[in-house]
Amino acid sequence: MDTDVLVIGGGNAALCAALMAAEAGARVTLLEAAPRDWRGGNSAHTRNLRCMHEAPQDVLVEAYPEEEFWQDLLKVTGGLTDEHLARLVIRASGTCRPWMRRHGVHFQPPLSGALHVARTNAFFMGGGKALVNAYYRSARRLGVQIRYESPVERIELREGRFVAAWVKGQCVTAASCVLAAGGFESNRGWLREAWGQNERGEWPADNFLIRGTRFNQGTLLRHLLDDHGADRIGDPTQAHMVAIDARAPLYDGGICTRIDCVSLGVVVNRDGERFYDEGEDFWPKRYAIWGRLVAQQPGQVAWSVIDAKAVGRFMPPVFPGEQADSLQELAGKLGLDPVAFMHSLNAYNAACRVGTFDHTALDDCRTEGLAPAKTHWARPIDTAPFYGYALKPGVTFTYLGLKTDETAAVRFGGQPSRNLFVAGEMMAGNVLGKGYTAGVGMSIGTAFGRIAGTQAAQAALRQGVADAAA
Amino acid sequence: MQQLEALTREARSLASGAPVLTAPEAEVARQMQICNACRYCEGFCAVFPAMTRRLEFGKADIHFLANLCHNCGACLHACQYAPPHEFAVNVPQSMAQVRGQTYAEFAWPPALGVLYQRNGLTLSLALAAGLALFLLMALAINGTLTGGNLDGNFYKLFPHNLLVGLFAPVFGFALLALALGVRKFWREVSPATTGAPLSGPAAAEAVDDVLRLKYLGGGHGEGCNNEDDAWTLWRRRFHHATFYGFLLCFAATSVATLYHYVLGWSAPYSMTSLPKLLGVSGGISLLAGTAGLFWLNLRRHPLHGDAAQKPMDRGFIALLFLTSLTGLALMLGRQTSALAALLAVHLGAVMALFATLPYGKFAHGVFRTAALLRHTVEKRQPTNLQLGDE
Repeated sequence: MDTDVLVIGGGNAALCAALMAAEAGARVTLLEAAPRDWRGGNSAHTRNLRCMHEAPQDVLVEAYPEEEFWQDLLKVTGGLTDEHLARLVIRASGTCRPWMRRHGVHFQPPLSGALHVARTNAFFMGGGKALVNAYYRSARRLGVQIRYESPVERIELREGRFVAAWVKGQCVTAASCVLAAGGFESNRGWLREAWGQNERGEWPADNFLIRGTRFNQGTLLRHLLDDHGADRIGDPTQAHMVAIDARAPLYDGGICTRIDCVSLGVVVNRDGERFYDEGEDFWPKRYAIWGRLVAQQPGQVAWSVIDAKAVGRFMPPVFPGEQADSLQELAGKLGLDPVAFMHSLNAYNAACRVGTFDHTALDDCRTEGLAPAKTHWARPIDTAPFYGYALKPGVTFTYLGLKTDETAAVRFGGQPSRNLFVAGEMMAGNVLGKGYTAGVGMSIGTAFGRIAGTQAAQAALRQGVADAAA
Repeated sequence: MQQLEALTREARSLASGAPVLTAPEAEVARQMQICNACRYCEGFCAVFPAMTRRLEFGKADIHFLANLCHNCGACLHACQYAPPHEFAVNVPQSMAQVRGQTYAEFAWPPALGVLYQRNGLTLSLALAAGLALFLLMALAINGTLTGGNLDGNFYKLFPHNLLVGLFAPVFGFALLALALGVRKFWREVSPATTGAPLSGPAAAEAVDDVLRLKYLGGGHGEGCNNEDDAWTLWRRRFHHATFYGFLLCFAATSVATLYHYVLGWSAPYSMTSLPKLLGVSGGISLLAGTAGLFWLNLRRHPLHGDAAQKPMDRGFIALLFLTSLTGLALMLGRQTSALAALLAVHLGAVMALFATLPYGKFAHGVFRTAALLRHTVEKRQPTNLQLGDE
């Protein structure tokens, strides 16, 4: 046996599993597909953890009780969640931070421009890469063997029991194993296949950008589902998807490529038409639906248009927007048909019923007699200079995964494996059937990573006892 | 392509009447645009909270932020956009490059700003000149460097008034040059930092930040980075040893001056006298601090800071080390025949240190303090941005 516990993956969930297993006394080896510079998967792009708490706790203000967290999750997933596992994640989120601190993670007060989550989300000082760095340092101190550039191609199972993993033709045996190698969001071929062809004959996924790592190819996920017949959860087209700047890089654009001015203006598609209520709710509650909305538009592209009144009211975008002194000129610069564009903008401007504008409340500025309506923060776009930002769907992570239970076990034909466990994006779909709420990915990864690590260590130690007896 | 971008940039700023950015300044502006859309590093230091008050980064903003940056390295190791990412964000490095430029640009008299660019050479020449001056003077006055009847009293070699006559003008010039340089800097960055005047509480906070080296603490108090992503408090500790050692030595000289002129007590002073106690403890502290900083500097992560400024950093550290080493050697060897040589070497080192103060690494303390003062003023003023995000 090369090691007691083999952890496949190198992000938050994998590291939580490795740390817990090492703390439980197991010998642990961690296989990270990426080279050291790119280690940590999507966790390196995260910034916070959604946490329940009954009273103010250091960086978290007021209270965010279990029930409220659960209701939030229920709402965003539209019921596509497992209440038992969801509540397990929620409760774990209330108690995991002292453990995280012990492994070197620091928290900071909410970032400027993110005060609305001061109650619900604990921010990592320096963001997710600082967290990942701290966990790797702690893992090294605990004797975890870390191997970079070690993508696992396949694993060997015997009657649902993990036996070995194959890395670049080399076999690594272990008494137990944690799968935490991410979703398949970086695999553009798989995304294309999952999204298929639409009624316009387009392959929508060809126009998606990947907000995170290029290393989440889903190799193991597909291997487990197709070759080993592991029980599955989730729809392959469901993902945490936001509308991001169309100029973002194909991979690893991360947080800075988001466009936060949607609710302050209008959004039009390639035909110059509006297609959704930009002011439906506070942007933090709506940003996660816009990736899908844009994915449904022709060419999978849209343009957020604002005027000078919006400047300074939203997080500054990473790339400067197209700027023009008139709306006609802006249409030209955005490459949109000026007639259709002006028709939409004029109709919108005429339909605005401006009350008392207040971006911090669901205000009374709305449109009348316009379809689709803009129900809040509707003010005419009439003050030069005008700005336009092209948007594309940005995939954060996919929800198709392995079905699991409260022990994090991988299941085959409804039966839990005794020594194969799963954590992070590979099983997030158990809790997130669709939709997203900020920071919940890290809550799931941390909770299930820790469970999987503990379970894997126990399985390995049981195996050790059995071997000794034999 | 880059050249084209630079030309476009130049044309645009000429058209708008804004000052043209140099390439390192434009690089800071580019990176700040990325950082401002991310903001994960807000908890580390003063630079990022100051950044979030801005949507655009003009020359004065960039000069201000560059001097606010302590090159602690925390944001580089935490950065999701650091190399090899195509955004190639390395804030400590780009800030250091601009910082180096500002020292030269704000130097007084302006012509001497070039001394920063080849600072290793500047320091070497100053040291050689200082040593030659005092060694030759000692020879001329004493006839020998290895003997003579000095009896432990170096005023027999260099009379007090001669030393004052040599050092006072050089030191006075150094102070004047630093003051005029930082005044120019202050005048440039003040309008860009709300223009509000310095208040008592703002000054007190900035002084506290300086004296505690708050921003080498990493925001969490566990320190900053040196060779990798692990935090260390040793950079702060060795800097404290250097800074307070320097102050103790300065205090020793000041007390001795008071003794001389006010109380009429002439050197040499006894081992238990105040100037000696201050000087010896300061010298030892300076020795330990500079040795530590040098050791850390050698092990520093290659992506930290501006490699072109390493000679300046290390030259200054070495000169401080040499000054304290020769000072302590002089104290120990005062009763020996080496007194004349030791004294000449020590005075030569001190002279080189004084002469180069306004044109070397020492300036970082002055400019950074000014930037911190402007920061503590600015953060007390209301901002007109009302940002909301996800």
